[in-house]
Amino acid sequence: MKILTGNDLKSGAVVWWDGTGWSIYVNEAVDVGERAGEILAREQSARRVNAAYAIEASRDANGVRPAHIKDRVRALGPTVRPDLTLKPADPEVGNWVI
Amino acid sequence: MYLYDQYDQAMVDARVEEFRDQTRRRLEGKLSEDQFKPLRLMNGLYLQLHAYMLRVAIPYGTLNSRQMHMLADIGNKYDRGYGHFTTRQNIQYNWIKLEEAPDLLADLASVEMHAIQTSGNCIRNISSDHFAGAAADELVDPRPYAELLRQWSSFHPEFSFLPRKFKIAVIASDTDRAAMKLHDIGIQIVERDGALGAAFYVGGGMGRTPMVAPCIREFVPLDQLVPYAEACLRVYNRYGRRDNKYKARIKILVHELGKEEYARQVEEEFAHLLSQGIEPPLAELERIKPFFADPEFEFGLPTGIDRSDPDFALWVDRNAVPHKAPGYVSAVISLKPVGGIPGDASAAQMHEMAELTKQYSFDECRVTHTQNIVLPHVKIADLHALWTRLDAAGLANPNIDTIEDIIACPGLDYCSLANARSIPVAQKISQRFSANGRTAELGELKLKISGCINACGHHHAGHIGILGVDKKGVENYQLLLGGSEAQDTSLARITGPGFDEPGIVDAVETVTDVYLRERDAGERFLDTYRRIGMEPFKEALYG
Ligand code: HEM
Ligand code: SF4
Repeated sequence: MKILTGNDLKSGAVVWWDGTGWSIYVNEAVDVGERAGEILAREQSARRVNAAYAIEASRDANGVRPAHIKDRVRALGPTVRPDLTLKPADPEVGNWVI
Repeated sequence: MYLYDQYDQAMVDARVEEFRDQTRRRLEGKLSEDQFKPLRLMNGLYLQLHAYMLRVAIPYGTLNSRQMHMLADIGNKYDRGYGHFTTRQNIQYNWIKLEEAPDLLADLASVEMHAIQTSGNCIRNISSDHFAGAAADELVDPRPYAELLRQWSSFHPEFSFLPRKFKIAVIASDTDRAAMKLHDIGIQIVERDGALGAAFYVGGGMGRTPMVAPCIREFVPLDQLVPYAEACLRVYNRYGRRDNKYKARIKILVHELGKEEYARQVEEEFAHLLSQGIEPPLAELERIKPFFADPEFEFGLPTGIDRSDPDFALWVDRNAVPHKAPGYVSAVISLKPVGGIPGDASAAQMHEMAELTKQYSFDECRVTHTQNIVLPHVKIADLHALWTRLDAAGLANPNIDTIEDIIACPGLDYCSLANARSIPVAQKISQRFSANGRTAELGELKLKISGCINACGHHHAGHIGILGVDKKGVENYQLLLGGSEAQDTSLARITGPGFDEPGIVDAVETVTDVYLRERDAGERFLDTYRRIGMEPFKEALYG
């Protein structure tokens, strides 16, 4: 599937296109198919997101998984600071990145 | 330490207000990201993996306690309670909000600090010896010269759009503690016939094409320091490769022209500049110098150390460095706990280091390019009390210049240019060697890790270097041996095929085993490598 990601303009937080707005949870990302360019142009000019781009991802039982390790690090937070990641209590999160 | 005059302060304050206005216009949509990005970068604000990242300049790495307290406060107020000290003696914050950045910069300006020229193709923060003003072996304190160059290069209109970024280091001793020859310009203050002058090394650097800077002039009289630097920059500004980002650094120009031809062109430009009468008056240097005068060292201090506590004795042996004044040492605070993140300090630790700076080191501390902190002037008699406080704050790691004192760039955990993570590799190596107990036996061993070819972690200059690469979407690590960034600067060579993460930790252990087996008495890892060459290491690694 193709999903959209970027950073929130004001806070810089990593965000994912959920069909109506931008979520900080990668699992809420939706497949945009052919509409990536159109949504990105609209959202960036509306200043809801910054430096946004489309990426490949897959969906399995655990949720949405970006194809590239860099976007998995973005989705989670730094692997070396589990206390600062989005799922701080889950000891397995680091493994998900790799 | 240098204090801003009214011009310095006015410039920095004006810049904050300018950026506040630019940020407002961006948030209101009057500026597009394409328009705004160069403006925020000129103020050190990047967009990185998780948020905006702010890089704050620490001129020649020197801070007072007020500034260090402010860096801690910023960590708490605008970030997530910590900061990352870098190999260019700066600090980076990883979780900055754009809407708060102008307030942050105003807070910084209130303690005479800023983030100007920490990004972009301009002259960056000027680095220096972290033991400046304290080292027993220095000719003079190099920082007045670094400060003069800071003033000259700040907002220099001609050098705001160079072909590429530009980094300058200034030292004043034969021992190089600032990787001087791996800078675009490395300056060593030297003495000739009783007069001080500057030796210029131009065209060094790391990145994808590492080069050791050749000396292009052995002696520039001090009153001509600025015009000579200006001439070096002018030739580069005119002929540097603006067509290709990867060939745009001055090292490529010097290499392609040859050092003689580059030097000839610089001399020509230099002669022209001297005819213009634009060199800053020596009076400015004389105005700057007293800011760096020695603190009032006491005389007749005790020099004995009670070594009855073995942990304290070990820390003294590893982390205390001889000082030019009897009864004093420089104490290095290691930001490299076993299994920790090299260069990170929590806000609480920064506050404590600020307190210790004030209490034990004449209100002055330094950031080192090895991502540690130095208290330059500590009484030997105060060492035990200092160590006790550091220990309580988790800052008494006795490992300076050992294999646990690893330099690591942020890598893929934070950096958008990374191929692989650097920090976890550093963590595993320090854990491995702490557990196998070989750190002491290995002695001085500089291990440096970068997460990509840009070499922010100085991997080319490590006795052992590690470079993260992307192997079909999987992190992979190349091993390099034989680099140095000291006075015997050399570039490390790749051993062969790369390793996965567990593999690289094993590989480091393997090469240290070869060293322990092959070394002659008194040899460091680097010395043994230079004597026996790459083959025995390759043989052990790849069989
Ligand atoms: C995370 C944000 C960072 C980015 C985007 C970044 C980017 C870069 C790039 C692109 C280069 C290569 C420049 C060239 O060769 O033309 C470079 C070099 C360098 N960076 Fe960084 N860097 C970052 C963080 C750091 C950190 C945290 C440190 C210190 C630990 C650092 C220190 C250096 C040094 C020492 C060099 C080598 C300069 C040379 O080639 O002479 N950088 N950086
Ligand atoms: S070396 Fe590469 S990965 Fe590391 S900080 Fe520099 S640009 Fe980022």
